[in-house]
Amino acid sequence: MAKSEIDRLAQLLSRLPGLGPRSARRVVLHLMKKRESLMLPLAKAMMEAASSISNCTICGNLDSENPCGICQHPNRDDSKICVVEDVGDLWALERSGAFKGRYHVLGGTLSALDGRGPAQLNINGLLDRASADQVQEIILALSATVDGQTTVHYLSECLAGHEVEVSKLAHGVPVGGSLDYLDDGTLTAALKSRRSTR
Amino acid sequence: MIHWEDEGILLSARPFGENDLIAQVLTKEHGRHAGLVRGGQSRTKRATFEPGNRLHVRWKGRLAEHLGNYDAEVLDNISGRLFDEPGRLAALLSAAAICEQAVPERDHHPVFYEGFLALLAHLESEFWGEVYVRWELAQLSALGFGIDLSGCAGGGDNDQLAYISPKSGRAVSLAAGEPYRDRLFTLPLFLLGKGNGGGDEIAQGLKISGHFIERHLFHPHDRSLPSVRDRLLENFL
Repeated sequence: MAKSEIDRLAQLLSRLPGLGPRSARRVVLHLMKKRESLMLPLAKAMMEAASSISNCTICGNLDSENPCGICQHPNRDDSKICVVEDVGDLWALERSGAFKGRYHVLGGTLSALDGRGPAQLNINGLLDRASADQVQEIILALSATVDGQTTVHYLSECLAGHEVEVSKLAHGVPVGGSLDYLDDGTLTAALKSRRSTR
Repeated sequence: MIHWEDEGILLSARPFGENDLIAQVLTKEHGRHAGLVRGGQSRTKRATFEPGNRLHVRWKGRLAEHLGNYDAEVLDNISGRLFDEPGRLAALLSAAAICEQAVPERDHHPVFYEGFLALLAHLESEFWGEVYVRWELAQLSALGFGIDLSGCAGGGDNDQLAYISPKSGRAVSLAAGEPYRDRLFTLPLFLLGKGNGGGDEIAQGLKISGHFIERHLFHPHDRSLPSVRDRLLENFL
């Protein structure tokens, strides 16, 4: 392989999250050393993924099938839709195994400072899905940030005309968290959301 | 190496690379000042850099002109307390966006900091809408674009002020403004110190301040008012 091709590969790899130019060169060397066992299968897997994976037209999830596996799954609860910012959040909820309903990927949050408005998010798709008869609850699982909560309020207003219950995730003390180390905002939210122990 | 410590209010924090943030802070002594926050996107630091939070900041840079680095501690986590209040949260974001656009960078003007601090102090109070309108008008005034409620621009009775001219920003009396009432803003009474202002009056106040903020602060930069401000207005309609 010519030097220019190695440089090009290193340059492309350095654009990946967590990699800089130096670590990209180390990855290139590692791939070159394991050409048969790693580099070629990796290249093949990437080609296949690039050609087959797309966004689900229903929920926005990434999958090789369209509609995605979650939207097609017959045993999932059709009455609940969990709204998340992006696919990473959907994966996090799936890892927890706590939610067995359907999802809707919004594609970000509203941001006054970055000029990101409702038109840039997949809100119309959500409103269409909320109109379906079987949907009873929309769970807004968005970040506990100013932008995330602004989006929650906006979506709540948009969904006010639909006959669905709209809920959002609780904010409070994390599992394994000590009150001593919590920030004021989390403590305030936890106190506001306290519930009876009986 | 130059370094200073100050108190400030976070206006915005935008991701820079994978781990860092570029924070815009409205400081007490150093005006609106940007800086790089190393590791600002980490779980431990992200909550510190939410718009509206009052911070103790430490800035250091090799030269004063450099972007420099920020380190910060939270003095008051205001945004967290407003999460369940859509109107107040919209007011906070709108104020931060307007401040970022309007306040000159690295120019020490205590009036902007004190004004924002006063707004934050009242955002949790009952009359936050009225205070917000007054804050916007005070921003305009500090920048030289204030409205003039001292007398009637049309030579009418100064005790009967009822309108504001969208062109000059001057008050107009009931009699002098009557023939042009369709083209004038109705003056909310709370701006004249009469009453506390209901939802209609606050909405009218927001329309007036919004008109002048857009005209003087956003249009010259080919920008429109932040969409969150529209949602704030809808809150009172």
